[in-house]
Amino acid sequence: MTMPLYVPPEQIIKDRADFAKRGVARGRPAVVLSTADGVLLAAANTSRALRKLSEIYDRMAFAAVGKWSEFEALRVAGIRYADLRGYSYDRTDVTARGLAGAYAQTIAAAFTGDPKPLEVELAVAEVGASQVSDAVFHVRFDGSVSDELPWAVLGGATPAGRQALAEGWRPGLSLAQAGSLARLALAEGAFSGNGEGRAGGAAAAGGDDGYEVGLLVRASSGRAFARLGSLP
Amino acid sequence: MSRAPDGLPATYFGPGNSFVEFLGRAAPGARWPFAGATGATGVIGAAGAAGATGAVGPTGAGAPGAPPTATTIVALTYKDGLVMAGDRRATVGHQIASRDIEKVYPADAWTAIGLAGVAGLSIQLVRLFQLELEHYEKIEGIALSLSGKANRLAAIIAGQLELAMKGLVVVPLLGGWDGAAARIFAFDVTGGSYEERDYAAIGSGAVFAKGSLKKLHNPAASARTAIRTALTALIDAADDDAATAGVDQARDIYPVVARVDARGYSRVPDDELARALERRGEARRARP
Repeated sequence: MTMPLYVPPEQIIKDRADFAKRGVARGRPAVVLSTADGVLLAAANTSRALRKLSEIYDRMAFAAVGKWSEFEALRVAGIRYADLRGYSYDRTDVTARGLAGAYAQTIAAAFTGDPKPLEVELAVAEVGASQVSDAVFHVRFDGSVSDELPWAVLGGATPAGRQALAEGWRPGLSLAQAGSLARLALAEGAFSGNGEGRAGGAAAAGGDDGYEVGLLVRASSGRAFARLGSLP
Repeated sequence: MSRAPDGLPATYFGPGNSFVEFLGRAAPGARWPFAGATGATGVIGAAGAAGATGAVGPTGAGAPGAPPTATTIVALTYKDGLVMAGDRRATVGHQIASRDIEKVYPADAWTAIGLAGVAGLSIQLVRLFQLELEHYEKIEGIALSLSGKANRLAAIIAGQLELAMKGLVVVPLLGGWDGAAARIFAFDVTGGSYEERDYAAIGSGAVFAKGSLKKLHNPAASARTAIRTALTALIDAADDDAATAGVDQARDIYPVVARVDARGYSRVPDDELARALERRGEARRARP
């Protein structure tokens, strides 16, 4: 007769966290940062079809790394959440905070309850009327959320890349300055990944330079999200 | 993926790129064509039951409680695009419910939609259709083709057939740029979608507007001429149809005139309409 093996809950959580972290770290990184002209989103992405950045609503966008199938489902659910809310109430009643909360709950529930935690890390960005009202909600694999920083680095960026952004970001960055900062944060980690999105040496890329780039344009009156061909 | 109380409900996951279908799944109470369609328990259904005859046409008796109806939209092509124009009147029976209602809207950056029929349903339909196109574009990362938009709209219209049979009719007119040319689509209440050559008109004044367009429309004309032709058609409709307003210059209320061309949707500003009407007015005084 065999006894079921006792595994302490700390160990279960740690194993799940390690599993999810490894999955996320395999993903090539993405950055989101607030600039004077709007919120810049950029991801190292060699695929044209499988996107990591997306428009969510008028002044909201989404960036994610990890398992594409998982964050794509979350992205679509986020668009549905925003559109239904805006349809039921008013377009001004759709907020990034609400969506980030819903994502956090969903990801947290999967982290503890599902057969396998979601291997995703995502950010919900919202551009405000001025830079102080920009918001970047950073949701991690376990459902923890933070919005203290006006920027976020997702996925397998190197410590040096993260540091570059932490030290280089300041209010009032121009788009060009933010672009070179994003390049620093992404480039060093860009080739540390193993496998995800690798396009067999083909030059195909999210943009011409291997980055998928989006901008929530502050001055825009309606739908503010625009895709850029390359990092500014 | 979603057992958390405040997480995203399970209905938010799964395939599909249609907002209308998602709405039916996720919020059955809010689905098109709304609660009144099947049970006649909703506000819209109840009003329809009371005022069905009044709602059908401006000639019917204006039963108390009948919803306002909006009429007469014209669309015509010109050399580089199309013009869509709608008058500003809404009526309940023989009374004017609104002098400044808008019936022509951008459906997206490349498409104009105009609506005739029950005003409340029209406004709901525009919101829903705008969102349907935006929703698809966001999920798929690319906009629907113009034919795809027309087919989606036809399906949405077909969804409210039951309401239409109760007298709560709403009929759209769609005009858009398909990347190479401007095209016009008309619809009937059963969801039939008909691509129109050159011009189309819907609403109670449509017969008179079409007569006007038949004589005046020139597919090779300039945008300026097309705008003048559209205004003339509305004025001709207003001349013979009590439910259609012409131009209310005393109040500075002009028809809504939209242009769709290679640069997308744009609304023609009122001062441009005023200038077009001045030129037209002189000719009109000579020969009404």
